[in-house]
Amino acid sequence: MEFLSFFSIFVLSVFVGFYVVWGVTPALHSPLLAVTNAISSVIIVGGLIAAVASTGVDLSSTMGLIAVLLASVNIFGGFMVAQRMLAMFKKKNK
Amino acid sequence: MNTIIFGFAYLLSGVLFILALKGLSSPVSARKGNTYGMIGMTIAVVTTLLIHGSGLDLSRYTNLIIAVAIGGTIGSILARKISMTALPQLVAAFHSLVGLAAVFVAIGAYKNPEAFFAGGIISTGSMIEMSLGLAIGAITFSGSVVAFAKLQGLVSGNPLVFKGQHLINLVIFLAILVLIYMAAMDIKTEQYFWAIVGLSFLIGFLVVLPIGGADMPVVVSMLNSYSGWAACGIGFTLQNTALIITGALVGSSGAILSYIMCKGMNRSIVSVLLGGFGGDAADPAMASGSAQQGTVKRGSADDASFIMSNAQKVIIVPGYGMAVAQAQHALREMCDILKEKGVEVRYAIHPVAGRMPGHMNVLLAEANVPYDEVFELEAINHEFATADVAFVIGANDVTNPLAKTDPTSPIYGMPILDVEKAATTLFIKRSLATGYAGVDNDLFFRDKTMMLLGDAKKMTEEIVQALNLN
Repeated sequence: MEFLSFFSIFVLSVFVGFYVVWGVTPALHSPLLAVTNAISSVIIVGGLIAAVASTGVDLSSTMGLIAVLLASVNIFGGFMVAQRMLAMFKKKNK
Repeated sequence: MNTIIFGFAYLLSGVLFILALKGLSSPVSARKGNTYGMIGMTIAVVTTLLIHGSGLDLSRYTNLIIAVAIGGTIGSILARKISMTALPQLVAAFHSLVGLAAVFVAIGAYKNPEAFFAGGIISTGSMIEMSLGLAIGAITFSGSVVAFAKLQGLVSGNPLVFKGQHLINLVIFLAILVLIYMAAMDIKTEQYFWAIVGLSFLIGFLVVLPIGGADMPVVVSMLNSYSGWAACGIGFTLQNTALIITGALVGSSGAILSYIMCKGMNRSIVSVLLGGFGGDAADPAMASGSAQQGTVKRGSADDASFIMSNAQKVIIVPGYGMAVAQAQHALREMCDILKEKGVEVRYAIHPVAGRMPGHMNVLLAEANVPYDEVFELEAINHEFATADVAFVIGANDVTNPLAKTDPTSPIYGMPILDVEKAATTLFIKRSLATGYAGVDNDLFFRDKTMMLLGDAKKMTEEIVQALNLN
């Protein structure tokens, strides 16, 4: 039954994503790619779990640590490049 | 008690990510949305450390801090230094990292089940979820590496096709499914797990290699979608709400973008995936002689300046050629002068202009073009009929009327910008070569058309000079 509740969250999130993303103005599709990039790096959670699990150095914690590093590149890079793009969008008559 | 609080925290972080995407519905709210996203990420990281990080020795934390510091520094530098023209490459590179991170997390979970699964036992269901996340992650990684290499020009943007390609891909794909089944049935046998990794890397390469440069907007969106599904698979494995929500959001976001891009080219996602269509814009030297089907009226910067300063309304149509020539700043300067002269200036953006969704909008924004002068195809197409000048800079196929009239043309059915309806059409192009679709554009040969042959940036700068003299 546990699977079913997670699966429900999944299905509803797909629908939420569908409606929210159709609402994104086409002019901001590039920032959308950057932001989705950044937030999908919440996979860092998995890396953290593996990295802190064991006290010694083993394959699992090393993999976790690398995953944390890679996801960090994305989180910082994704949000910052989105920020940089969004800062450029200005209205007339500044 | 704590589990409930932590559960809420992950849910909150998922909700904040939804708000981050919601913010992008307008440039005004977008920056706030971005902040929500950052808060959501911080909550997810802190929560995870609180649950799993208690009672650890400091050295482990040191490692983590070093990893985040290195990654964060690299990411920040890339985000700051990247030129807006090179944005598609950066996004492809970022996708590859999400994919690779998913692979590493799956390996971590497989090798240390105690840390990830209740009782330290991987159930059949978890193994399937994990294998799916692993496979999609690996495909995202290698596919994005190829996309990056193509966008960066490290490998040719031309489609790489060989005989039996689709059959090989199909066989590998089925093999991966079988291996996932076998891995779930026999979790202890590591060979299945590693075979999934290897074959998934391979098929990622093979799937993107045959796809041409002009289809890159679809590929970038598709890989965006994959990176989301990979995160989802891992989210199910970890039973983590934040990951599941985010993965689903990103997955559907990328899917919608792919759909919009495909529609913009009137192509099905299947035909894009099968590949073989559209390389880099045809080599000007090679193709310049091939398009002799009529007389072309060539013009100079002075002619263009004269025509435009006497116009009431000018619509600018930018394409990838503008990005390559970095002509956006000169273009904005030109439009500023025109506006001072009382000319109404607007910009028309085709959905697939550039190498990623929304690429042209960002380049124009970079050049300080106000976003309320920039319009999407549906919003502006009817206005060409009342425009005096359509100024096409570095675009070609997206203006080709053959898409409406010639059912045999490869671009038939593609929505186009109706520049032919403007009183005069000015084309800045390096040559009369065909665009990526390899189709002649008979607009070049019409009486109402004037070709301004040359580099987009240089030509625009010359027009600016000419305008300043008048």
